[in-house]
Order: sequence, then structure tokens, then C-alpha cells
Amino acid sequence: MRVAPVLNRAVPYLYIAPAAVVLAAAAVYPLALSAELAFYEWGLGTPWSSARWLGFEAYTRMAEDDAVWTSVGVTLAFCAIIVAAEMLIGTALALLLEKPVRGMAVFRTIFVLPFMIAPIVVGLVWRYLFDAQYGLINYFVSLAGIAPQAWLADPQLAFLALVITDIWQWTPFVFIMVVAGLQGLDSAVMEAARIDGANAWQTTVSVKLPMLAPVLLVTLLMRLIDGFRGLETMFVMTFGGPGLSTEVLSLHIYKVAFIAQKLGYASALSNLLLLIVMALALALLAVANPMKRNDGA
Amino acid sequence: MTVRDMRGQAALAGHYAVLAVLAAACLFPIYVMLLTSFKVQTQIFSMPPVWFFLPTLSNYDAVVNEARFGRYLANSLAVGLAATLLTLLVGAMTAYALSRFRFMGRGVLSIGTLLLRTVPPAVLTVPVFVIWSDWGLVNELAGVILVYVALNLPFAIWVLYAFIEQVPAELEEAAAIDGCGPFRVFFTIVLPLIRPGLAAAAIFTFRIAWNELILALVLTNRFTRTLPVAASLYITDVGVEWGKMMAIGVLIALPPLVLTFVAAKQILTGLTAGAVKG
Repeated sequence: MRVAPVLNRAVPYLYIAPAAVVLAAAAVYPLALSAELAFYEWGLGTPWSSARWLGFEAYTRMAEDDAVWTSVGVTLAFCAIIVAAEMLIGTALALLLEKPVRGMAVFRTIFVLPFMIAPIVVGLVWRYLFDAQYGLINYFVSLAGIAPQAWLADPQLAFLALVITDIWQWTPFVFIMVVAGLQGLDSAVMEAARIDGANAWQTTVSVKLPMLAPVLLVTLLMRLIDGFRGLETMFVMTFGGPGLSTEVLSLHIYKVAFIAQKLGYASALSNLLLLIVMALALALLAVANPMKRNDGA
Repeated sequence: MTVRDMRGQAALAGHYAVLAVLAAACLFPIYVMLLTSFKVQTQIFSMPPVWFFLPTLSNYDAVVNEARFGRYLANSLAVGLAATLLTLLVGAMTAYALSRFRFMGRGVLSIGTLLLRTVPPAVLTVPVFVIWSDWGLVNELAGVILVYVALNLPFAIWVLYAFIEQVPAELEEAAAIDGCGPFRVFFTIVLPLIRPGLAAAAIFTFRIAWNELILALVLTNRFTRTLPVAASLYITDVGVEWGKMMAIGVLIALPPLVLTFVAAKQILTGLTAGAVKG
């Protein structure tokens, strides 16, 4: 049943007009322009008339650019590691702690805190914690009898430091999502499994996890998409260094555009990143379109 | 007490112990930031670290009296509030149309907004900078606000859609029969009923608009900067003045932290709407 009969046909278009204008101006048009700019060589601060047509040269150049491949590798490795770690830890903790206890609301509020704070602030704090001279991590490490490390000056350790920082900020998100998912499950099914003689482990693996699959999938894809979006912690903690060891693609785009001042090449890199993320987005849509019609549900 | 009871008690104690450890892990870095922001340089540089000391406000004093700090704070507030209000209004209207009407372009709009949800801000930096330069929006707060509204709309529409779907259409039909026009129905019937959804969407929009770095860095100048941009430039400017850096970190983190404590419920609602329920 819809209110439509009494309404003019133009009404829905009036409702969507503001959003359509905003999204067209600040998202669709920029993305289209980015596609076009990639065909030109154009320096930041120079007039558009000085831009030189390159055709697909930017893309062929990109394919031979070691910095791009390194950056893509760093991005993929970073996303794969943080998402896997956060999903595993977050889900395991949620299964362990799903039973509602008194005071859970307080704990949940505390778990929300890390991902409400600005990534740039998170980066500042962890840069201080990982500081070679005055950082608390080296202090705790030294208590355990291990020599202090120059965390952010070593390629592997810097990468690890960023992984740890991201795990701190986002595992609570996974935890909260999975706990919410668990509470939405029909307890009668678990009860039936118990009566059928399933032990806790069997119930978890063959009943709960399959029923949780949609929630896990959405959480996984949200983390993956946000993983590709993030660059602030790298910006603050390492600025991509040492070398290119923590230079995710988003940060590389920023540097190429606004430090090396190559707007055309940066656009080509942007299109590459967009392509990767869009593929993930389509996967998200395929498994869970929240705006799909399920009338009568 | 039976053995079974005792085992239950032990399990409960273990449960709380794990929760306490996790809470401590979440809070520790925030606590260190707060603590360090109240230390003088010599306390920050002392090893082993000082845990108890006479707190000083000198770091905050230095940060707040920094040139144009007040201006950057005002910019951040203006951007955060304007982007949030606009996103809510525009997002709610769109979600309403998607929920209540079948019209040509509905499919494109719903899939398009979801795809846009995934666009990394870094991808937008170059083209938006070029277009805004053309339109005279570079270095203007309006330019930052516009791009933040676009950035937040997909999520806001997603959350608000889930809430509007739960409003019974009969209410709107009754109002329409009583002579309410379509826009009055929306503003007087629908909007008040989805207040929890609006609160959730508002928190998430404000969080992005208040916290965002890279677009604001590219689109503002030394007058229109927001706090995160000011903080990011501070790092290179002053090297490692940890006390001041932690103080500015606390100031930037404060509004989202306060929001979390007053509206934890709405945050959870916003997180799970669409993902868990949908």
C-alpha cells in the first residue's frame, strides 16, 4: 500500500533533487573528470591550456612504475592483514563474550571509543607510543628484556606498527557488529542443536557461524572498503616511509598530485584505486543490498 | 553452593576479566594521550615514564594561543555542523523517496549511492580541487562542506532508509486523507518518527566531517583550515613537541568522545541498521 495515488508524479523527483545535485557536483562529475584528466600531462598550478594530451600513456607508464607496484602491494598486504586479523580477533571475542552480562552497555561504550576518534589523532597517539626514544612501547618492551626498537624507522617494523594501530582502532568495530548479529539470532535453533547433542564448539561452527554469515560478510566488506580509504594514520605516523614501506595507494596519490604536482598522473592512479574499490563494492552489492525490495517482509 | 554454581561464578568472573582487559586495551592509548597532554617536557622525556605528577595546562595554553587556533576551531565547528544538517535533510528526503515511491531512476539512484559509499576520499582530491578552483570554491568553507555532504550522503541514506521502512505507511495515508500535502506529511509525520535514525546518521556524519583530513588539507588555506589540517601541519612545523601535540589531539578527540558517552545507543543503532537488520 502506497500513498502514491494522491500524489503528483513529480513528487519523488523533488525529494531526490537535492541529493542528485550534490552527488552529481561533488562525486559523479569529479569521477568523470578524473577519468579525463588521466589522458593529460598537467602540472599543478599551470593553466589548463598548457596540459598535454597523452592518451593512454599514463597507464602504460603506470604499469612500468615500480613505485606504483610497491604501493599497490603495500595497500593489498595492509588491507589483507588488518581485515583478516580484525575479523578473526573480533569474531572470536564476540563468540566468547556474547552472553549478555550486567554492565555490558558500559563496556560497549568503551569499545566504540577507538573508532570515533579522528584517525589523525589515533596516528598522533600511536606515533608517540612507538617513538624510539620516549615511547611507552619501547619501555614495556625493555621491561620484557628486549632491546628498544626504532619502530617507525624500520620498513618492516613501521608496517607492523601501522597494522597494530589499525587493529587497535577497528577490532572493536568488528566485535560490536558480530555481537549485535549474535543477539539477532533465533535462540530456538541453538537450543535445538543443544538438544540434538551438539557441544558448544559444534554449535558455534555448524550453527552460529553459518547463521552469522550475512553479518560477517557485510562487516568484512565494510572493513575492506574502509581499509582502502584510509591514509591518515600513515600520513601522521610515517608519511609512507621509510622508503615506500607504508605508502598505501591513497597516500601515493596525494603525494603525486600535491607534492610532485602531477595532476594527470595522479588521476590515472586515482582511477586505478577506484577500480579496485569498485570491484569490492560490487561484491558488497551482490551479497547485501540494504535497499533491495523485500515487500511483505 | 553447588559445584555447578561455583563453576558458573568462575565463568562469570572470567567473562568480566576478559572484558576488563579489552576495555583497558581500548582506553590505554587515550589515557596516555590525556596524561601526556598535562605533562611538561622534562616529564615527557623521563624514562621510566612518570605516572603521577602535578598536571600543567601549559600545553593547552600554548596550543590555544597559537595563531588562529580560535579560527580553526570555528571552521571545524561550522563545517561539522553545516555538513551534518545538510546531510540529514537531503539524506532523509532521498531515503523517503526511495522508500515510498517507485519512479524511473530509483534503481540507478539506490545502487549509485551505495557505490559512492566506497569512493576513497583520496580519489576525489584531484578532480574536486580542479573543479572547485574553477567554481571559486577552493579555500572556502562552503567547498569543504559540499564535498563532505556528498561523502556522507550514501551512509545517511542507507541508515535513514532502514528507519523510514519501519514507519507504517498507513499513518501517512491517514494524514494525506486529512488533507496534508506530501511535504507536510514528510516534515510533520515522517521526520519526527525517525528521530533515532536521524540521531544515528547525525553522529556518523559529524564524525567524518569533524575528523576528515585529506580533502580539507587540499581544499583549504591558512584561514579556512580545519583542526585536523592544522594538527597535521603542526607535526612538521614543531617536530616532536609531544605535549602540545597530545593537547591538540585531546581537543580534536573531545567532541566525538563526548558524543560517544551521551549517545552510545544511537551509535550502535546506526552501525547495525542496514547491516544487521537489513
